[in-house]
Amino acid sequence: MISIPLLIVGAGPAGLCAAYRAAEVGVDVLILDRAQKPGGQLVKQTHKFFGSEKQFASTRGIEIADILFKRLEDLPGRVELLTDATVIGFYEDGVVTAEVQGKFMKYRPEACIVATGASEKTLAFTGNDLPGVYGAGAVQTLMNEYGVRPGNRVLMIGAGNIGLIVSYQLLQAGVQVAAILDAADEIGGYLVHASKIRRAGVPILTRHTVGLAYGDEKVEHAIIHALDDEWNKIPGSEQQLDVDVICVAVGLSPLADLLWQAAVDMKYIGALGGYVPLRNSDMMTSVAGLYIAGDVAGIEEASSAMVEGEIAGISAAGRLGFSSEESHLLKKDCLQQLRQLRAGPGSEKIRTGMALAGAYV
Amino acid sequence: MNSNRILEHPILEFSEGSDIPFSFDGKELVGKSGDTIASALHAAGVRVLGHHFKTGHARGFYCAIGNCSSCLMIVNGVPNVRVCVEPLKAGMVVNSQNDRGVLP
Ligand SMILES: Cc1cc2nc3c(=O)[nH]c(=O)nc-3n(C[C@H](O)[C@H](O)[C@H](O)COP(=O)(O)OP(=O)(O)OC[C@H]3O[C@@H](n4cnc5c(N)ncnc54)[C@H](O)[C@@H]3O)c2cc1C
Ligand code: FES
Repeated sequence: MISIPLLIVGAGPAGLCAAYRAAEVGVDVLILDRAQKPGGQLVKQTHKFFGSEKQFASTRGIEIADILFKRLEDLPGRVELLTDATVIGFYEDGVVTAEVQGKFMKYRPEACIVATGASEKTLAFTGNDLPGVYGAGAVQTLMNEYGVRPGNRVLMIGAGNIGLIVSYQLLQAGVQVAAILDAADEIGGYLVHASKIRRAGVPILTRHTVGLAYGDEKVEHAIIHALDDEWNKIPGSEQQLDVDVICVAVGLSPLADLLWQAAVDMKYIGALGGYVPLRNSDMMTSVAGLYIAGDVAGIEEASSAMVEGEIAGISAAGRLGFSSEESHLLKKDCLQQLRQLRAGPGSEKIRTGMALAGAYV
Repeated sequence: MNSNRILEHPILEFSEGSDIPFSFDGKELVGKSGDTIASALHAAGVRVLGHHFKTGHARGFYCAIGNCSSCLMIVNGVPNVRVCVEPLKAGMVVNSQNDRGVLP
């Protein structure tokens, strides 16, 4: 059993920012991440980020990951980051278990920040288990991390930002995109992305979905159809597309298994992607000393994940007796930044969801 | 052989990488350093990683980050390995998995 002041689960933007703020005021931090390298979702984001300057807008995601990681050196508190380290258990008595580089480990942290991110949702249609039906994150990982083309011709399901960005990245990798479908009336993602893709000749069909995928043990064809006002199939609207990949970009849900184990109070909030932990303005859950940040606290963006991470880091440090005049001011500023990030008309749903989850809005 | 590899990209640079030989269902294949088992198989044109133990449906990967268990295979005799997050090593013996797996 190893006793430590602060354990952070997940080295995505949320976890890395939390570590920075806690170590800055002198807390020793251990971060565990199950991946082979830190950065979370950022390591496959080749596009320049939108958002505000404080959160590195117009820097590519992959570069942001590097910046967040490198600034953890030479802080008053020591930051130890272990990769290939999966946290597997949270117990009532505060013990956390993990598989760290093949070894079973037990930790007793005084405070803990869970920043595990999200998992991809899937979609019900006939043939959705065929090889070639891949989540959008998987397609990105394959292309941008391993340099492997997912296929030759892709049907994209979902015209939110992720669907649009991944479509563009597919084109950059020399892969054809047959079409982008979305069941909604309108394109959910930013129109700048949509126009760029349309200019490249990819049709974006709203009120459309995929009904069937088929082929010999892998995707070879898809049948798509239009939807009426009640979201029913419009008879006769079927079209066959010859594609070898169907990329599913229909959203994410919080990866909250560890929080269920820790028995924190959870609530289903559709606008935040599913079950999310209730929290206070310090990002603390109903379990004292257990904090959350980033997509696990509600699906948003890297920008808000970073700010939530900072708040969780400052708050956890404060609980451990490490705080300063500056850190109080900084927390206030972070809360203000969150408010700004969620201020736009497009964030209406997020604001309502966050209020239901107990967040400061 | 490695026709699915991206050689030219407007933003990213993929270094050549050294060859990593491994076997898949008895066939000799070659991956690249930095690959996972799944990325090496995909680059070699292999999409079917196994079959569902009940329905017999072909299985491929889905999330590629170790979340969904859609990509379980038998690696060096050990079943239920999530090949999407398992780094490829020279000489690995990789086999399709069509059942729940039996521990060695
Ligand atoms: C295609 C795409 C485009 C995007 N574009 C933008 C954009 O332009 N601007 C923007 O602001 N946001 C963007 N985002 C969103 C952004 O990437 C995410 O919101 C952000 O990465 C969430 O950060 P996080 O730290 O909460 O989680 P993640 O980045 O998902 O990190 C979670 C980390 O936790 C680790 N982990 C999970 N479970 C465990 C466990 N049990 N034990 C140990 N480690 C664990 C994971 O390995 C991972 O490293 C985009 C997302 C996608 C998919
Ligand atoms: S594809 Fe999801 S765990 Fe490997």
